[in-house]
Amino acid sequence: MIPAAFDYHAPTTIGEATALLTRLGDDAKVLSGGQSLIPLMKLRLASPAHVVDINGIPGLAYIREGEGFLRIGALTRESELEESELIRTRYPLLHDTSKVIADPVVRNLATVGGNLAHADPANDHPATMLASGAEVVAVGPKGERRIPIASFFTGPFATSLRPDEILTEIRIPLPAARSRGAYLKLERKVGDFATAAVAAQLTLDAGGRCEEVGIGLTNVGLTPIKAAKAEAALKGKNPDEATIKRAAELAAEASEPSADLRGSVEYKKDLVRVLTARALRKAVERAQGVTTRA
Amino acid sequence: MLVKLAINGEKHQADVEPRLLLVHMIREVLRLTVTHIGCDTTHCGACTILMDGRPVKSCTVFAVQAQGKELMTVEGLEQNGKLHPLQEGFMAEHGLQCGYCTPGMLMTSYAFLKKHPSPTEDDIRWAISGNLCRCTGYVNIVKAVQHAAVKLAGGA
Ligand SMILES: Cc1cc2nc3c(=O)[nH]c(=O)nc-3n(C[C@H](O)[C@H](O)[C@H](O)COP(=O)(O)OP(=O)(O)OC[C@H]3O[C@@H](n4cnc5c(N)ncnc54)[C@H](O)[C@@H]3O)c2cc1C
Ligand code: FES
Ligand code: FES
Repeated sequence: MIPAAFDYHAPTTIGEATALLTRLGDDAKVLSGGQSLIPLMKLRLASPAHVVDINGIPGLAYIREGEGFLRIGALTRESELEESELIRTRYPLLHDTSKVIADPVVRNLATVGGNLAHADPANDHPATMLASGAEVVAVGPKGERRIPIASFFTGPFATSLRPDEILTEIRIPLPAARSRGAYLKLERKVGDFATAAVAAQLTLDAGGRCEEVGIGLTNVGLTPIKAAKAEAALKGKNPDEATIKRAAELAAEASEPSADLRGSVEYKKDLVRVLTARALRKAVERAQGVTTRA
Repeated sequence: MLVKLAINGEKHQADVEPRLLLVHMIREVLRLTVTHIGCDTTHCGACTILMDGRPVKSCTVFAVQAQGKELMTVEGLEQNGKLHPLQEGFMAEHGLQCGYCTPGMLMTSYAFLKKHPSPTEDDIRWAISGNLCRCTGYVNIVKAVQHAAVKLAGGA
């Protein structure tokens, strides 16, 4: 499959890239890992006249903690996230997610920024970032702005990024002492998108109650879903079995899946219920484990 | 657009259209035809090559993105007329039947063994999970990689 012809641009600074995007407007597409864009171009579902490859801009791939946040550079590859000791030990929700995105070869190119900017409701990072209370940094010709993740996804494959903006960084608040998460995905095979998947992040207070809760759902709606009612049902409560079950039911109610080859609406809703309960139990276990070791 | 790159240690350059996929440049412009095109949809991994040491699916990279990069394909495995232990492993353990997936399997496992010299079976199965084989059922591919791991570690 041969994509339609395009002009290729390889800027080496963010300023140069945003200037190009400003000039080219809707005719241009940013290229990161290319693992979503190039397949779409080969199928001619996308035929941008200009491709702006940002891989030559130095300093956009990093994973570090600083100024109250975990900071992930937009060009960080999924495989780098998966291999990071910091992510594995302090951000198990992110580690879980990086392991189930696409396959190991695709993950060598696919980027975290691209996974969010693409805004496919089937992508895995959106739910994870919703559960983590992340924000993204976008840089445009007029400078930088910070977008809370809850207002980032505006529709299927649509975000609040402007055509002249580049997503440069993802920020996740540093986890409190007893804060951990988990991501559970059911996929038919490696490399398939989720039939459904659930991200959960919990912070326990000194008494073992849920101080903060984040729950995100993958591929069960037109956009990634933040299960706010399920979160509210846990907040301030002991995460006992009855409370977890109630939250899981509310998460299933929040999902709006459509029937496809991966399953019926009823099946997917029930899957959300089961995966939410399991993700919450795992998050609680992990958060409690943090105390015993400390 | 002029693309300059190194492939299996040799420098090449070619004037290509930006839309040319890297796999087509490798096969049709540079005439290195061991790398296969299978699905052409980023699923099968038959087109896997190494770009700066990491396995990537070359049907999902534009040739212009390889500007200044070091690439490696199966043609670079054999040294001084001697097959690489992985190639020997695939022969000895019957790691292939039709051979369509083999170039990708070889490159993925080559990069994997550099990072994980003594892998478990689970590690190997994880590593090749982005490379599909419709013939072998994977059992002998796993054995072939194990064979190479032992050889590379200096064993029999
Ligand atoms: C076989 C296969 C299986 C897959 N399975 C999964 C899966 O299970 N789960 C999953 O989550 N994903 C999956 N993916 C998608 C993969 O993770 C994508 O690579 C990812 O969604 C997009 O990241 P990218 O860096 O490749 O982005 P690109 O393909 O380069 O870009 C995607 C879109 O985002 C825009 N964009 C990219 N970066 C930026 C930026 N920094 N600023 C502004 N706009 C930007 C581009 O213009 C484009 O519109 C799969 C892909 C393949 C090929
Ligand atoms: S041909 Fe590239 S993944 Fe199948
Ligand atoms: S040997 Fe035929 S596809 Fe693997």
